[in-house]
Amino acid sequence: MSDQPLRTPATSRVTALTDTAAADYEVALESLNQWQLAWRRFRRHRLALVGVAILAVMVFLAVFGPIIWPYDPLDLRRDLPGPQGFDPIAMPPFGSDGAGRSVFVLVANGARLSMLIGTTTMLIAVTIGVLVGAVAGFFGGWVDNLLMRFVDLVLSIPFLFIVLVAARFFGGGELVPLILIFGLLSWPGLARLVRALYLSLREQEFVLAARAVGVGDLRIAFRHILPNAIGPVVVSATLIVANAIILEAFVSYLNFGLKAQDISWGNALARSQERIAVGNWWWPFFPGMAIALTVIAINFLGDGLRDALDPRAKE
Amino acid sequence: MTVPTTVTAPARASAGNDVLLEVRDLRTYFHVLDGTVKAVDGVSFSVRRGQTIGLVGESGCGKSVTALTIMRLLDIPPAEIASGEIIFEGRDLLTLSEDEMRHVRGNDIAMIFQEPMTSLNPVYTVGDQIAEAVMLHQRLSKKEAWNKAIESLRAVGINNPERRVKQYPHELSGGMRQRVMIAMALSCDPKLLIADEPTTALDVTIQAQILELIKDVQDRTGTALMLITHDLGVVAETVHDVLVMYAGRIVETGTVEDVLLAPKHPYTEGLLRSIPSRGMKGQRLNVIKGTVPNPFNMPKGCNFAPRCPYAFAPCAEYDPRIEEANPPDVACWLYTPAPGSPIPPRIRPRRPVEVGA
Repeated sequence: MSDQPLRTPATSRVTALTDTAAADYEVALESLNQWQLAWRRFRRHRLALVGVAILAVMVFLAVFGPIIWPYDPLDLRRDLPGPQGFDPIAMPPFGSDGAGRSVFVLVANGARLSMLIGTTTMLIAVTIGVLVGAVAGFFGGWVDNLLMRFVDLVLSIPFLFIVLVAARFFGGGELVPLILIFGLLSWPGLARLVRALYLSLREQEFVLAARAVGVGDLRIAFRHILPNAIGPVVVSATLIVANAIILEAFVSYLNFGLKAQDISWGNALARSQERIAVGNWWWPFFPGMAIALTVIAINFLGDGLRDALDPRAKE
Repeated sequence: MTVPTTVTAPARASAGNDVLLEVRDLRTYFHVLDGTVKAVDGVSFSVRRGQTIGLVGESGCGKSVTALTIMRLLDIPPAEIASGEIIFEGRDLLTLSEDEMRHVRGNDIAMIFQEPMTSLNPVYTVGDQIAEAVMLHQRLSKKEAWNKAIESLRAVGINNPERRVKQYPHELSGGMRQRVMIAMALSCDPKLLIADEPTTALDVTIQAQILELIKDVQDRTGTALMLITHDLGVVAETVHDVLVMYAGRIVETGTVEDVLLAPKHPYTEGLLRSIPSRGMKGQRLNVIKGTVPNPFNMPKGCNFAPRCPYAFAPCAEYDPRIEEANPPDVACWLYTPAPGSPIPPRIRPRRPVEVGA
């Protein structure tokens, strides 16, 4: 049993010595699963930590902002100094819009909707994308052909056009249809990614070994292969969140999105444009910064996850 | 088949009812863009309960494909099982449904692969993986399966299995991982263990340990063993009977002593001569001249004729089949009269060949 003693350098963490024979030098390395290893690598990624910090602030704002700053976002003030509303000095922290509504309250409330749209869109897209990609890549043949031609079809439709048309005809300014539209149009890229991962993973020897002990197809596809593909999927999912937030802002800005009473970052931006010329920069600046910061933070996070979850990464 | 005079695997097949696996005229073809590759081209052999048998040949001769065909692990298409029967305990595996076959795999026939580094799923602990294999075939609770995993790790000589079960594959060395693979393969007490180049990826000292272990568990459990290898040394140490494959066919069979010490087929002889030995210091290594024939364009006669130092007239014309030989232990016109050929066979008795000489 000469391959048994796993002698480790003195610097590595030693957790236990065996209680058996003194001759048995077995020393245990700390047993880390892939998530613990990933977390270890993630911690070293500065930008990703910055991203997490920014996102934490945004989530805090979304959850507690409207509570600790208890203004009704639709509450109007009568004592306006002029059509441009209060500036940030006259009405901290972010000033008000032309109707006297606090921009801070708009941003805080908007964070709720934007984050909600981002995450739910991502969940829908990941569910469809992983299912389609996994089935296509694992089973191959005509199944693969059929599903991938469907992906091509979805991708061949001019994206913005279909989003705007669908938002106008099926959205009706409501939240749920808008999320569904975003989700149903955001999965094809992920499906292609997952398919490519499956095409390479299914040729791995551990898949053959699993089949050789009698594991069935579905179990191999989703219990054995999927956990090995999770890294790129998580990275891609974060980017879908960022894209959905931008997409909402864009669609709402064009007045195809949520109805005016719903407060999202996109709506806040949309309302600001009429008065930008007057010099009231704080109307678009704060919601715009909120979008930009959130998206960039999510991208940093994705970048960190990409490095942390890369199976080729070595300590 | 005539009365067997030497003890060979096919000869025994007709003899007793203790035959576990009988492969008859198996042909596995691959349909690829350039044409059809006959990877396994009419292979017949049998394995008795508890028998140890070695399948030897160089890369690409069809040994692994034979094993994967028995396990029905090939993707169809591009593979096609063009003909044959694989009788395992009275049932033809080729006629089973996928569900029935799944129950055979792991439970009745288990397989160990060449690459222990990649044969374990990196995201699960070794205990999870062995317990899964156990629970697929036996009605056991998670806890019982986990205990069984610990027991099977102990059975393959892993120290402190209670802790090892909780480790991930990346925490284990290559030799340890192969032990885990063997533990997993044996966890359901299979009747046949197929080991496909189990030691090729390991270094020499670990190779010896793993072979020792395979032999040891084979002795203890009485499972039949089919060892696939290109390494004649491994065969000599581990198995009782040998099948030599060349270009998709079995060209020679016999006991390890017969085949390795006194080979009949010129190919086997060439294999043995090409093993480097101490006595040939400073000389060029012996090689079998030429290369394996192009799989899309096999020679008309004997597949080995273009490389054979003893080739004579019938070899280029007629294709020798091991089933037609008497005794059926070698596919070579040196031992069997070629049909319709006026030239008599040059019967050569088994004669000793010195390794590397």
